[in-house]
Amino acid sequence: MPSPIHDPIASPMPDASTEMRTTTCYMCACRCGIRVHLRNGEVRYIEGNPDHPLNKGVICAKGGSGIMKQYSPARLTQPLRRKPGSERGANEFEEISWEETFDILETRLAHLRATDPKKFALFTGRDQMQALTGLFARQFGTPNYAAHGGFCSVNMAAGMIYTIGGSFWEFGGPDLERAKVFYMIGTAEDHHSNPLKSAIGDFKRNGGRFVAINPVRSGYAAIADEWIPIKPGTDGALIMAIIREIIALGLYDREFLARYTNSGQLVNQDESSQEFGMMMRNPAGDILNPLRPHNFYWWDRLTDQPVEDHAKGADPMLFGSHVMPDGTPVKPAFQLLKERVADCTPEWAEKITGISADTIRRIAHEMGITARDQRIELPIPWTDWWGEEHESVTGNPVAFHAMRGLAAHSNGFQTIRSLAILMSLLGTIDRPGGFRHKAPYPRAIPPNARPPKGPECVQPNTPLNGAPLGWPESPDDLFVDEKGQPVRIDKAFSWEHPLSAHGLMHNVITNAWRGDPYPVDTLMLFMANMAWNSSMNTSEVRKMLVDKQADGEYKIPFIVVCDAFQSETTAFADLILPDTTYLERHDCMSMLDRPISEFDGPVDAVRIPVVAPKGECRPFQEVIVELAGRLKLPAFTTPAGTRKFKGYTDFVVNYETAPGSGIGLLAGWRGRDGEKAMRGEPNQNQWEMYEKNGCFFQYHLPPSSQYMRNWNKGYMDWAQQAGLRRDNDPIVIHIYSELLQGFRLAAEGKRPGKQPPDELRERVATYFDPLPFWYAPLEDEQSDLKHYPLNALTQRPMAMYHSWDSQNAWLRQIHAYNHLYVNTHTAEAAGISDGGWMWVESQWGRVRCMCRYSEAVEPGTVWTWNAIGKSSGAWNLSKDANESKQGFLLNHLISEELPANADGRRFSNSDPITGQAAWYDVRVRIYPADAGEPEQTSPQFEPMEPVPGMGQRKMGWQAWFAGKKGEGK
Amino acid sequence: MRPAFSVLFLTTLIGAGQGLFIALFFCELLASASLSPGFFVGGSVLVLILSSLGGIASVFHLGHPERAWRAMTMWRTSWLAREGIALPAFMAAVFAYGFAHWTGFGHTLAIGITAVVLSVALFICTAMIYAAIKVLKEWAHPLTLVNFVVLGCASGTTLAAAWAGFTAPNLMPELALAAFVLTALGLLTRSISLLRNARLSPASTLQTAIGIRHPKIVQKSQGAMGGSYNTREFFHGKSPAFVRGVLLMLVFCTFVLPLSLVLTLPLLAFVLQYAGLLAERWYFFAEARHPQNLYYQGNS
Amino acid sequence: MTQLALVIDLNVCVGCHACVTNCKQWNTSGAAGALTDCNPYEAEPNGTFFNRVQTFEVGSYPNTETVHFPKSCLHCEDPPCVPVCPTGASYKRKSDGIVLVDYDKCIGCKYCSWACPYGVREFDEQRKVMTKCTLCVDRIYDQKLPEAERKPSCVLACPPGARLFGDVHDPDSEVSVAIRERGGYALMPEAGTRPANHYLPRRKQTLTIRDEELYRSDNPHKIDGAPFDLDLPPTNEELN
Repeated sequence: MPSPIHDPIASPMPDASTEMRTTTCYMCACRCGIRVHLRNGEVRYIEGNPDHPLNKGVICAKGGSGIMKQYSPARLTQPLRRKPGSERGANEFEEISWEETFDILETRLAHLRATDPKKFALFTGRDQMQALTGLFARQFGTPNYAAHGGFCSVNMAAGMIYTIGGSFWEFGGPDLERAKVFYMIGTAEDHHSNPLKSAIGDFKRNGGRFVAINPVRSGYAAIADEWIPIKPGTDGALIMAIIREIIALGLYDREFLARYTNSGQLVNQDESSQEFGMMMRNPAGDILNPLRPHNFYWWDRLTDQPVEDHAKGADPMLFGSHVMPDGTPVKPAFQLLKERVADCTPEWAEKITGISADTIRRIAHEMGITARDQRIELPIPWTDWWGEEHESVTGNPVAFHAMRGLAAHSNGFQTIRSLAILMSLLGTIDRPGGFRHKAPYPRAIPPNARPPKGPECVQPNTPLNGAPLGWPESPDDLFVDEKGQPVRIDKAFSWEHPLSAHGLMHNVITNAWRGDPYPVDTLMLFMANMAWNSSMNTSEVRKMLVDKQADGEYKIPFIVVCDAFQSETTAFADLILPDTTYLERHDCMSMLDRPISEFDGPVDAVRIPVVAPKGECRPFQEVIVELAGRLKLPAFTTPAGTRKFKGYTDFVVNYETAPGSGIGLLAGWRGRDGEKAMRGEPNQNQWEMYEKNGCFFQYHLPPSSQYMRNWNKGYMDWAQQAGLRRDNDPIVIHIYSELLQGFRLAAEGKRPGKQPPDELRERVATYFDPLPFWYAPLEDEQSDLKHYPLNALTQRPMAMYHSWDSQNAWLRQIHAYNHLYVNTHTAEAAGISDGGWMWVESQWGRVRCMCRYSEAVEPGTVWTWNAIGKSSGAWNLSKDANESKQGFLLNHLISEELPANADGRRFSNSDPITGQAAWYDVRVRIYPADAGEPEQTSPQFEPMEPVPGMGQRKMGWQAWFAGKKGEGK
Repeated sequence: MRPAFSVLFLTTLIGAGQGLFIALFFCELLASASLSPGFFVGGSVLVLILSSLGGIASVFHLGHPERAWRAMTMWRTSWLAREGIALPAFMAAVFAYGFAHWTGFGHTLAIGITAVVLSVALFICTAMIYAAIKVLKEWAHPLTLVNFVVLGCASGTTLAAAWAGFTAPNLMPELALAAFVLTALGLLTRSISLLRNARLSPASTLQTAIGIRHPKIVQKSQGAMGGSYNTREFFHGKSPAFVRGVLLMLVFCTFVLPLSLVLTLPLLAFVLQYAGLLAERWYFFAEARHPQNLYYQGNS
Repeated sequence: MTQLALVIDLNVCVGCHACVTNCKQWNTSGAAGALTDCNPYEAEPNGTFFNRVQTFEVGSYPNTETVHFPKSCLHCEDPPCVPVCPTGASYKRKSDGIVLVDYDKCIGCKYCSWACPYGVREFDEQRKVMTKCTLCVDRIYDQKLPEAERKPSCVLACPPGARLFGDVHDPDSEVSVAIRERGGYALMPEAGTRPANHYLPRRKQTLTIRDEELYRSDNPHKIDGAPFDLDLPPTNEELN
């Protein structure tokens, strides 16, 4: 055979200078370690870092397309000001310098800070630097700060943290290495995606059984051993029925429940008492922590009398009804759970969920029998908080995972609480084969940060006395005025959504536009596409952004948008700050925020620039530190009044949570010479040491501290010393939540302290149930379900992250537009053809789109990929790009508010406990489009033009091949 | 398959040229009276024009025509390489044949036989390019070869009859009759192949394509929504009505009309038949169902 | 004789497209590049990829399987694309069985793609040559890389580990063992191409619970009492 001319092995540029640098990916929130290969200074190849604990060398479709993000034509490169005289939304901008930009911001913000700091609202989207942005807001003195958690998955965080002191997320997950069965409920593809994909792959190869409970079989559910379709928003009913079956058959882990949960604690049953429903407190008991007294009672079954909880030799009754010596009727918490689920039979759940009672029983038995009969025992001695020494760590190999599928419903908090309780019943919390925590969790129930407590906390030129966000423990922690009305622009921590730990970003624009509770002056948005896919009710929100008062002033007077790309939202900015890409900046995944810890110990990570910023791009971190310095915010200013930090990297190294605390943003290589971990004085070479170690720091706990960390004495002491926890008291699982009962008592007028406004009493009393329960999503009650019989959902495709990736020339080839997936029978019954044009309509609006028949969706559900649809011309795509002409957003059908009550009041379309946006609740109907209608999606918007400083987009063709050819025409 | 126009012109033009040459040669071989050299010289020029046009058309099919010379190198395995050799060889022989007639060099029968052999070889090479693709059952059959030969000869002979009308009128009736017979034969053989192809059941199914035994498999995504080479090259992309129209044109222009005209108006018959052959070749591509299309059935 | 190949495990492929874009980024900058993108920011974006992930629905609701199906050149042992090539640009390496295209010999006649039943060759509309998976031949022999990284880009990227790489002629290789023990199969066997790449089928893990397993003698109800009126099997004590 003649030899080839083209050498298939030779480098195309053998003389090029090459270089490899490590950093952390940001093509999604997963934060994998990456190695970026540069050739002649250009990014040529991005691979997973094999030494990185999170992804161990693997990388996803997005991570592998980082090049096309870096060199995207949608990049903003210049600070831009809305052209004087042009209308907001017209997308007409002029370039200005950073100096002018800072002058504008400094003048405006200094005035607001000196007069009414809450007129400045800072909301961030896919933010991984809340430790900094939150500090900035706090130091500025505005409470109007949050990230996107309110419309992401706060129900998941809150529902589990208020129950087990930890959560699925980066803060905990399923131990698939040792699990035997794994139940994934609802869509959960997004967070921690690569490690979870790897873990599921290994789990299946090892013979584990994977059951997916989901209205749709896509994503990970595709490879499940069994798919159980369920009606959206009914997961709580399923879980309640499983709990009932587990209790009924005695398949609960009694030893675990008795010792590590509050199942045996006695609950006051005296309805006439102000303490009704609260835990009985033992005056002679050990309080442990005055801020969170632990002096509970058990009813000892051996001596048949009330005793101090965890008294040596005692064993609590879990069932029954008792009378205390003072005559107070009491019941163990577990008895109350049993009573709660008594009617939640599988037959009851079948009617709600669409899952047959036999199937419900079968999976309950699978869970219970596997947990009971496949117990794992590891020869790891450890000591529990009460001093009992255990020879081994044991675990029950039943693992769960859930995320947004449960969270994005208005009943999500209670549903997720029921899931956490089921996991506890099976004895799987922080044990091998079950759920495992990741540092800084477990934390107290709830964690110690509290929101500001009233309007007096907001004072001119004064920082808030705490973080703007927190975890209310009682009604007195709510952020309301003397009338019980909200103080925050998003009404977080008010009686409408008391436990809204992540705020309600989804209501900020509507509230500010309406001036309810008050108007703001400046709204700063970072990396959030609020005029498009990040808002519900998108069409109306876009109108609010340009709406004016009678005097001609915009209802939201000044909007600042910081983003790396031109999006639908930048068109509505008065000032655009061009952010860098992730390859151009320093960043940290801090233990104070959202680290990347592993089950066996804390891990944090950094980004280090691998290429210089494009044009005038400046990292938002630097902008914040600069602004903080100009505004002389105390934490950023020396006592002499000079600027404390030279910039972001300096801030990261030298900032301490309190002077001399030794706790800063990064936990690794602390101490003068980097010899200390977790805690130690600032180390001026910290960044270099991170860089040398592949941009992450990993701390391995000793095996005796890797499990049972809610109650593990050794871990507790270490965690307190390391600054992960303030206290070292045990974190007993809340099977019964007296915290919720406290809110209910307030709503019933039985509790002194803050009271809800009368019109909210019934709402609070209803939903703040100390025991989990299932209720239909709120929108169901206010929808004509006969007219709108279907649920509509979105899922995130694994090759796209929100709206970020349509400007990515490779990823948009995979998902150029989207269809509405409809069960074949449902579509045929509606007279809609496969691939045909159709309307999907809710009570809020309608969208024309294309139909795709599917056998992988339950008949009552329609769904599509989220955030593929784009506004014409946005992201520097051509005006006729598929994303705008065939792609669509379901957001137009979803309202950020529920229909008005009888009194005209509109609540946020959110979970009444946490304020989690209920964007999976929407009900729709479908029908074919008429033959004469245009074959494009509806609604359509005025096409956007490129703004100054944006690169020319390649027309015709391009080939990404530096230095040789292929620039395109 | 998506009909490639360069290939439609290539195969029909050289096919007619080859057929014309064979007709010329048989005229020389069988003619009772001597014929004017002009008939052979002009005829050979016609053959060369047709072959050259075909060769030029084929260049448009190539991404890198400047490397076309390389296409002769793999003659041991590739019918395309063999065609690349056979075509110029045939043309050279035809040139020699015409030159011999023109200059009175003689040896025209020997040269002619060589050229006829090369013509047949070229027919085989061209046809085998298609017939050798095993995965295309519509093509991978001796009928492909038969049709290429018969239709080439029919169109070439029809053209020969027309050419004789100008330069050797006494030959025209016989040639027209031969064209009639060949066209009728072509109608028969092409009809058989059309019927066969219509009744073919594909060897590959979605089940074998992805290796999953289930009667109901529906593609939901090709992994690329803006199209790809695979969605362009292997589908004709036309409506069933359009395809039926081409089939009608195929039948009428290639066969029915020429059969009714060739005895009287052979030039018109040739023009129609050539147009019909373009339709025939278009249909030849369009009716070939490539198994790769199993992977490109749906998208979302 | 060595025959390198991929074995793709449909049992764990979640359809994330990691293999698709990581293949693209390696190869567009490597010896096989550049891989053109047409209409990169306009309507109908399309371009040259060596590897795609497709999705199929198998069966009817509710007994539906969603199958993600990665597809690239199968490096056939009897590759129909090679003998048809008139220039020798399409060739199969004797040393390792990789089927390659010599871009400097290819005349862009597309004939090889017609001969391939799998639709895994893609004509590069800008370079006007046929392109295809190279098994990352420009990295798997790179002695500068650690041995663990001398694998195709798609294999290294794949998060669930659904892609195995090795010599299918070595009976003891990971890929041969997987094919042998996990039901590895070839696509379109009727085409007679003897693909080197194989696919591993879905496998289902079931769990059978027998009624008598529901109640064990250490059931906590013996301590706590039965919570509901249940029709439970009699306990050992009751039987005695």
